[in-house]
Amino acid sequence: MLRVNLQQSSPIPLDVELNCNNGEILALVGPSGAGKSTVLRCIAGLHSAKSGQINCSNQIWFDSNNKTDFTPQQRRIGMVFQNYALFPHLTVFENIRLALAEQKGAKQKIDHLLKQVHLMGLEQRYPSQLSGGQQQRVAIARALAREPEVLLLDEPFSAVDKVTRRKLYLELNTLRRSLEMPIILVTHDLDEAAMLADNLCVIHNGKTLQQGQPDQVLHRPRDIEVARQVDVRNLLTATLIDVDGGLKLQWHDYQISVQQTEGLSADQAVHWTVSPAKVLLHQRVRPSRGEHENPVSGVIQELITLKGITTVLLCIDNANNEVIQMDVPEHVAMRNELTIGDSITASILSDAVHLMPD
Amino acid sequence: MDWQAFEVSIKLALLTSVSLLPIGLALAYLLANSRFIGREVLEAAITLPLVLPPTVLGYFLLVGLDSSSFFGGLFVSLTGHTLAFSFTGLWFASIIYSLPFAVQPMLRALETIEPEIREAAWCSGLSKWKTFFKIELPIAWPGIVTAMVLSFSHTLGEFGVVLMIGGNIAGETRTLSIAIYDSVLAFETAQAQSMSLILLLIALVSITIVFVFNRSRSRVVRL
Repeated sequence: MLRVNLQQSSPIPLDVELNCNNGEILALVGPSGAGKSTVLRCIAGLHSAKSGQINCSNQIWFDSNNKTDFTPQQRRIGMVFQNYALFPHLTVFENIRLALAEQKGAKQKIDHLLKQVHLMGLEQRYPSQLSGGQQQRVAIARALAREPEVLLLDEPFSAVDKVTRRKLYLELNTLRRSLEMPIILVTHDLDEAAMLADNLCVIHNGKTLQQGQPDQVLHRPRDIEVARQVDVRNLLTATLIDVDGGLKLQWHDYQISVQQTEGLSADQAVHWTVSPAKVLLHQRVRPSRGEHENPVSGVIQELITLKGITTVLLCIDNANNEVIQMDVPEHVAMRNELTIGDSITASILSDAVHLMPD
Repeated sequence: MDWQAFEVSIKLALLTSVSLLPIGLALAYLLANSRFIGREVLEAAITLPLVLPPTVLGYFLLVGLDSSSFFGGLFVSLTGHTLAFSFTGLWFASIIYSLPFAVQPMLRALETIEPEIREAAWCSGLSKWKTFFKIELPIAWPGIVTAMVLSFSHTLGEFGVVLMIGGNIAGETRTLSIAIYDSVLAFETAQAQSMSLILLLIALVSITIVFVFNRSRSRVVRL
């Protein structure tokens, strides 16, 4: 278990609180310059924050109160750098051997590590003779060689091409099952984070905004700031109104029923969002019963198909030209013969509407 | 051919380049890895012998090494010998004179090592000393060899400073370049020519070694 709690105002402002359980991947996401790498460097002992605590496996690595600050050598961390930072003058074998926690039985250990990262047969190569993907695998093997108590991955996929990246995602997913330590993955790619991580922690301007499961953070952001950071696609504003003793959203001419009303009251301005997958297209040929749930109508402004999903940009009627995005499977879009300029109707699922107080 | 002068020159050049290995490395490491006030002044001071007339440098060294000066006096009280017009004084002056030729290639070599490489070594559990000997030193090795060869060749060819500090004492401070000067003044052209050819040959061979070494190293690392 890794617990991190850091504060400082300069040189880079930090206000960080994050936890990661053993065997869990926590993705630290945020834009460039958000302080992600600084947090990772603090955990590694390469940077000391002004105040806070870092606690790993019940051992205190950093505590500003009693001036505890372990060096990177004392911390038993495995770190994979963004550009891998392999030792250029050493072979793959020597790169890994140098990081071994115990030199006894080095050959067997290195063989095992190379097998784990699918690099058998390349022991005698120099880093410059390896592809980007192979270099990343060496970096992971070297990080694991130390039998670390926490594995830190600093944008490990940013230096490889897309095809290699997909392959490495799958490999990391398999590898992690055999790892028992907390793993912190720094990335600015939300899809990557959602795919690989058990938990996301959103960071912006050095401040951690929300930590939770990917689905929770991406679709139910705590506030507008998180929503913006995770690039919520339908981010709209409305006012809550009282309808027959219950709360509804008054959004332009539409009254939208919602289920999440705890702590909210009528006449309150709110931001609301709905996942594009939870806006359901009303089929033209076969109407169904669900069509009276928050129906909206509009004109198709744009259609974008990617990997079997068609995103429809729907310009809602009588809503001041506001646009709602909806994702439909490509075959559904084809069967319904959706084309730009068509008028269609759709339902916004009330349990998928997420409200954030202004 | 003045074999005695040849011996003095080789001994001086060898001792100077060997002494410059730790001194140059320490200075280059300091300049490459720390930011401190006066860093630029230190770097400028080290580079100064490159641009200063050897006679000017020789003059200041002569004054500094004189037994009436603090440093010269201290040396006399410790050893009973004077620094000026002695081989030891010449050796000391050569270290100062060849300092930029040692520090600059070492500094450039150390500066090319990305900070992440050093940090990766620390994160792999290597102490700072181990990181230096197992990672930084081997990576910077071509620059260090270049520094050693350049300071050897440069010391071998120095003239102005030697004349100012060492004078012209046979077997003690008369180097090959001084002997060439003497021979020319005495119209012994054949002797001057043979000694000049020897210096030319040594310089050519040592610089070739640098190029060959650097190329073969880069082939291993960058292939």
